[in-house]
Amino acid sequence: MSTSAPTITTKVKIPEREPGTPPSQPGAMAAKIAVRDLDFFYGKSQALHAVSLQIPERIVMAFIGPSGCGKSTFLRTLNRMNDVIAGTRVAGEVLMDGTDIYQPGTDVVELRRKVGMVFQKSNPFPKSIFDNVAYGLRINRLTATKAELAERVEQALKDAALWNEVKDRLKNSALGLSGGQQQRLCIARALAIRPEVVLMDEPASALDPVATHKIEELIVELKKQYTIVIVTHNMQQAARVSDTTAFFLLGKLIEVNSTEKMFTNPDEKLTEDYITGRFG
Amino acid sequence: MTSLTAFCTVAAIGVLLIILAYIAMQGIGALNFGFLLNDPRPVGEGGGIRNAIMGTVMLLLLSSLIGMPLGIAVGVYLSEFGSGRFGSVVRFLVDTLTGIPSIVTGVFVYTIVVVPLKHFSALAGGIALGMIMIPIVARTTEEMIKLVPHSLREGALALGAPQWRVTLGVVVPAAASGIATGAMLAVARVSGETAPLLFTAFGSRFFSYYLDQPIASLTVQIYNYAISPYDEWHAQAWAATLVLMMLILSINIAVRVLTRRKF
Repeated sequence: MSTSAPTITTKVKIPEREPGTPPSQPGAMAAKIAVRDLDFFYGKSQALHAVSLQIPERIVMAFIGPSGCGKSTFLRTLNRMNDVIAGTRVAGEVLMDGTDIYQPGTDVVELRRKVGMVFQKSNPFPKSIFDNVAYGLRINRLTATKAELAERVEQALKDAALWNEVKDRLKNSALGLSGGQQQRLCIARALAIRPEVVLMDEPASALDPVATHKIEELIVELKKQYTIVIVTHNMQQAARVSDTTAFFLLGKLIEVNSTEKMFTNPDEKLTEDYITGRFG
Repeated sequence: MTSLTAFCTVAAIGVLLIILAYIAMQGIGALNFGFLLNDPRPVGEGGGIRNAIMGTVMLLLLSSLIGMPLGIAVGVYLSEFGSGRFGSVVRFLVDTLTGIPSIVTGVFVYTIVVVPLKHFSALAGGIALGMIMIPIVARTTEEMIKLVPHSLREGALALGAPQWRVTLGVVVPAAASGIATGAMLAVARVSGETAPLLFTAFGSRFFSYYLDQPIASLTVQIYNYAISPYDEWHAQAWAATLVLMMLILSINIAVRVLTRRKF
């Protein structure tokens, strides 16, 4: 990667034209999330450089790029998960439904309820399967009765395609599930509070091919209800699940395009080099 | 390397086993139900350690009531919010507190509790032991909470949980069995303390459960009997030592069972 670094020292300009509307979703013009000139710093080192990007509603957008390119950092700016890391700083705007989530007075708790997140390593709480999914509902007081709670948990587990595997052992520890099941449990946990956007940070990178396949099927299914942003190292995965793909390199957004175009005829030479495996 | 470490392990455990076996051998002779159920009597008339068992149990309860909540709270603070300068100062002070000789703690509590109240008391004893527990519980709690993976905290935060709910609802429960183990180590440690009790709970030859009165304890009774010139009391001191050991052992086992990982 370091050998290719000099080729992109010039500031990469994102074309101002239409920001990659998915061909299959002509109605999805309204941007759910619009990011303008976002810079991000870990202490003094800048991790993101003037990233501007629009994410339309109800699509799957994939972020690809080599390790350390800033794609995970960018993902985490969308629900302000970077806030918990000391010494970080953000400049620029992240508009969600037209409101800047970084403006003073933003309710971060409310934001994270709307923007759910699934992490690279599955992180179920050391509680029962039921309590894991119910956690978000309980802390946000989203249900009034026990029956309603149970119903929402069941629905979330069904949405995450896990219900049939766990319905008889909801009281068992979540840690007894397999890796793939744990990750789907974490997806169910995120879906239970009915977010509008689901961020996924390499959700299948620690899973075997069968479990990965299940997660990918799930993502395609979830697109009907949610806006999904997924970071992935696996380019085939990006090609399989996403409508739109964004390519990051060294903290800069190089190209955003429909996935089909991205993988067949990208606009940028750097994208082509990366996708064809010439570096990265 | 393996054989060297194995040898050291055997040597360390061997010493412990020898001590335990010796105490059991010496103590078992004078140990019977009468010994457990009677209060002390004059030399030659038998008598037992009912008062001291009651006293030790009460002192341990009191000290746990004081030491555990404070210690756990300090530990949670240090691990979750103590990354700054203030945190490292607190950490340093807690470490220093661990090193204070327990008799100094006793004298300190004598000055601030016993003198104003003009009375040795169970309360003063509990405070002294509780103060000794705080730093031990605080540091083990901190270490145990640090072992909870950061991903769990992020998972809860990403669901819209405020920081305090993440700490209380996810992090502390995940570390609960470790925290309990640390708390038990602290109980075991203070149950063996004698010096701080001499200035605070003082000791008593009578059965008592009053907070504002002097109270007996196994350790002080062992000390008094051990320095006495009577063979009968020496035997009773050994037996009381055995009882103290069994008491600590059973508390430990009980807590292990109660906090066994359910999930």
